[in-house]
Amino acid sequence: MTTTDISTLAAALRAVLGDAQVITDRQELRTYECDGLAQYRVVPALVALPRTAAECAATVRACVDADVPFVARGSGTGLSGGALPHADGVLVVTSQMRAIRAVRPQDERAVVEPGVINLHVSRAAAPFGYYYAPDPSSQQVCSIGGNVAENSGGAHCLKYGFTTNHVTGLEVVTPDGDLVRLGGDAPDAPGYDLLGAFVGSEGTLGITTEVTVRLTRSPESVRTLLAGFAGTDQAGAATSAIIAAGVVPAAIEMMDALAIEAAEAAVRCGYPAGAGAVLIVELDGPTAEVDADFTEVRRLCREHGAGEIRVAADDVERALIWKGRKSAFAAVGRISPDYIVQDGVIPRTALPEVLRRIAEISAQRGVRVANVFHAGDGNLHPLVLFDDAVPGQAEQAEEVSGAILDICIAQGGSITGEHGVGMDKVSYLPRMYSADDLDTMQLLRCAFDPRGLANPGKVFPTPRLCGEAPGRRRGVHPLQEAGLAEVF
Amino acid sequence: MSDDVLADLAAATGGDGARPAGDGDAVAGVRPRYVAAPGSTEEAAALLRVAAARNLTVVVGGAGTKRDWGAPPRRLDLLLHTRRLSGVVEHAAGDLIVVVRAGTPVAELQAKLAPAGQQLALDTPLPAGAAATVGGVVATNSSGPRRMRYGTVRDLLIGITVVRPDGVVAHAGGKVVKNVAGYDLGKLFTGAYGTLGLVTECAFRLHPLPAARAFLTCRTADAAEAGRRAAAVLASQLVPSALEVDAAPGGGTGIAVLLEGTARGVRERATATRAVLDGATVAEEPPPWWSSYPWRSGDVGLKLTAALSGVPRLLAAAGEAARRHRAPLAVRGSAGTGVLYAGLPAATAPDVVARIVTELRAEAAAVGGHAVVLTAPPAVGERVDLWGPVEGLDLMRRVKAQFDPDARFAPGRFVGGI
Repeated sequence: MTTTDISTLAAALRAVLGDAQVITDRQELRTYECDGLAQYRVVPALVALPRTAAECAATVRACVDADVPFVARGSGTGLSGGALPHADGVLVVTSQMRAIRAVRPQDERAVVEPGVINLHVSRAAAPFGYYYAPDPSSQQVCSIGGNVAENSGGAHCLKYGFTTNHVTGLEVVTPDGDLVRLGGDAPDAPGYDLLGAFVGSEGTLGITTEVTVRLTRSPESVRTLLAGFAGTDQAGAATSAIIAAGVVPAAIEMMDALAIEAAEAAVRCGYPAGAGAVLIVELDGPTAEVDADFTEVRRLCREHGAGEIRVAADDVERALIWKGRKSAFAAVGRISPDYIVQDGVIPRTALPEVLRRIAEISAQRGVRVANVFHAGDGNLHPLVLFDDAVPGQAEQAEEVSGAILDICIAQGGSITGEHGVGMDKVSYLPRMYSADDLDTMQLLRCAFDPRGLANPGKVFPTPRLCGEAPGRRRGVHPLQEAGLAEVF
Repeated sequence: MSDDVLADLAAATGGDGARPAGDGDAVAGVRPRYVAAPGSTEEAAALLRVAAARNLTVVVGGAGTKRDWGAPPRRLDLLLHTRRLSGVVEHAAGDLIVVVRAGTPVAELQAKLAPAGQQLALDTPLPAGAAATVGGVVATNSSGPRRMRYGTVRDLLIGITVVRPDGVVAHAGGKVVKNVAGYDLGKLFTGAYGTLGLVTECAFRLHPLPAARAFLTCRTADAAEAGRRAAAVLASQLVPSALEVDAAPGGGTGIAVLLEGTARGVRERATATRAVLDGATVAEEPPPWWSSYPWRSGDVGLKLTAALSGVPRLLAAAGEAARRHRAPLAVRGSAGTGVLYAGLPAATAPDVVARIVTELRAEAAAVGGHAVVLTAPPAVGERVDLWGPVEGLDLMRRVKAQFDPDARFAPGRFVGGI
C-alpha cells in the first residue's frame, strides 16, 4: 500500500471513528507489532479502535472499499501469532469494546462485548452463584473476543469443554462489512451451525462484536490435591487409572522435574522435594459426588506410587497448588534465557511413550525440554529451552519443537490443542491434513471472505482462490497481486 | 434394459451396490430413480463422482427414521444409502473416543461401548426399536434429555470424514478431544440435513456410564407452577443430567429430573431433590414419556426453543393455543436447556396447524428462540413455512454454493430452500 493509499484510508476511518480512534504514528503503531508470540513482529499500516459494532462494521467496509486486509486483535495475548498485524493492512483492536451488557443467571447467559476480559465475566456472574467456565491461563488479561477467535481452552476444559461449548450467540462483522447474528440465547438456531464454524476460525471469517456466553452454576464443592511421583510414567499411569475408573475430574495437570524446578525457583510453590513429576487433580460438583470420587482419586494415586499427597484445605492452599502450575510458562524464564512454548495433543494413553520420545530427542540434540501439560486430555505444553545469545541454539530449539509436533501427528494427535495455528503453525497444518482437507476447509472461508481480506496468511499455508471457474478469470487475482498467492 | 447411469453407479459400488428405486424408497413422497449403497468411503467417493458427472441429485439416507423431516427434495435421482457404511472403526477405551461409520445404528454403537463401561452420551428420541444411525443423528442434529449435561452432537463430535458433492474426500478435526487445528467442519455438517455432502465417518468423545441413576417425577397443575419448580432445580446444586417437562393435552404438566453419579451421591442428591420437588417419586427407570417425541409417524412435529426463563411462557402459550384451536397439542422436552417438542395429530386441519405454528413462532421469538416444523404431512408442508426466520441465511446460501455449487444435494430440503 502506498503512503497516499494509507492516508486516504486513514482519513476515511477518522471520518467514521473520530481522530483519536485511528493510529498512524509510527512509534504508536510499533506497540501493536506483535501479540503473545513476540518472535514475529510486523508493524501495521494503521490501527483502528472501534468503540461500537457499527464502528467496527464501518472499519471493515472502509477496508473492503480500499481493498486492504484487516486483522482483528483483542488483548494480544495469543500464542500463535494470530493477531500478528499485516504490514499493508489495518489492525482492528477491539479492546475499547468492553461493556458487560447483561448478566442473566435465570437464563444462564451473559452478553458481553469482545474486549471484555475473560475473568471479568466470572466476576460479574459470581454474586449470582455462576461463572464462565473456560479459563485460559491468561484469563486475567485475555479478551472474550480473542477467546472466540481462538476457541480458547484452559485447565478445566477436561470436564467443561472449550470456548465453543460455552458460546451460544455471536454478533459478527463479516468480511463484507455486514453485521450478522449467529445463534442467540436459545440453543439450536435453524440452519447451518455457522456459530460453531466461526468460533476458532482465528479471525479469518470476520470480527466478533458481541458474545452471548453460557454461565455455569458455581460448584457446591471443589477439592484439589497435589501428588508427587517418582517420574512421569507413574504420574501418567495414575492419570489413566483415574479416567478408567469413570471419574471425570475438573482438571488433571502434570509437570515434570524441570518444570517443577522452574516453578520452585519462580514462585516457591512448595511442591514435593525431589519429585520427578507432580499431578494436580481437581474435582468439583455436588459434595456427595466429589467426596466419593476424591477418595477414589487418592487411592489410585497411592496405588500408582504417589509419595506425598497434599490436599488443599481451603482456597488459599488451593491457590498455592495452582500457583506453581499457572506460573510455569513464565517461571521457565528463571532457568533459561529463552524458550519456546509448544502446544500439541496426543491420545492420553500415548503419554508415557511420547514423553520418552521427547526425552530422547532432548538428549540427542542437547536441548532441554520442560514438560507441563493438561494430562487429562493429552494436551502437551513442552517448553523448549535455549539461549538466543548462543549462535545456532534458537534454530536447534525450533527443530526440537517441530520434532515434538511430528510425534504428536504420528500418534494421531493434533498440532495445536488451544493456542491455534495462527502464523506460527501455518507450515505444520499440511502435515496434519491433506490438500483436499485444507481445500474443503477453505470452501468455508471462500463463502465468508471471497476477497481474502480477513487475517490473510494465517491458518492456511496456501489460500484458495475463491469461486472462479477455470479459464474464466480476468486480470490478476487480488490475492496474487497482494503477493499472498502463487499462480497454480 | 440397458441403463448406463445404473451401470456406472453399480461399477462404483463394487458391482452390486446399486439398483433401480422402488416405491418404498421415496423421500418425503419423492421417488428417486436409483438407490446405491457404497461399502466404504472410497466407494462413496467413486459413486459421487459418477453422480457429479451425470448431474444426479442426491439424498443421503440412513435407517429412514427421520426421512420425512424437512421439505421434500425438489428433485431426486439417487438415494444414497449408508447401510453398508457400518461398524466401529476404532474404540480407544483408554482415551474415551470412538471412530464409527455413519451407517451404524446408534443402539448398536452403544452396545459395543457398554462392556467398557462407556457410552456416546446422546439420546435418540424415537420409538423403541427404531434404529437411528449415527449419520442420521448427526445430519439432523437430534438430541434428547441428557443434552443438559453432555451437550449435543456439536459438543461430542471431534472428527469427521465427508465426501463432497464433487466426490472429493475430506477430513476435519481428528480423534483427540482437544484440537483447534483448522476449521471445525464437523459443526458445519451437524444439522445440515445432508445438503453439504455425505458424512461417512465420525469420531466422538465418550463418557463413562454412571454407576447409579435416579429419576424423580412429579406433576403440577399448570405451566407456571412447572416453570417455578424447574427454575428451583436449575438454581440448586443438584447438577441434574436432565430436567424434562411433559404437558399432555388436557392434563397437568409432568416434571422429571435425572440424576447420575455414584451410588451414594445419587442417593443423597435424590433426597435433596425431593426437598425442591415436593412430592416427587424416585425410580430407577424413566417415566414412559422420557426421551420420546410427542408425536407419531405421519403427525405434525415441532421443535420450540427459548431462553431458559422463557420455557414457562412457551409452555403456557402452547396450552392456550391448544384450547383456542381445540387441538390436542402435546408438548414435552428439556426445560433445562430450553428445547421443547410439540406434536399435533396428522388429522389436524392444515389451516389450524398453520395458525398454531404462527402463534408459537411469535411466542418463541419473544423469548429468544425459534419454532421449526420438523415433520408434517404434505398438505401442511405446502401451507406452512417449515423453518421460520433464519438469521445469517445469506451466509448459509454462500456456504451451500461453495460446497454444492450445482445444488444437487438434498435440494430444497433445508432452510431458505437450500
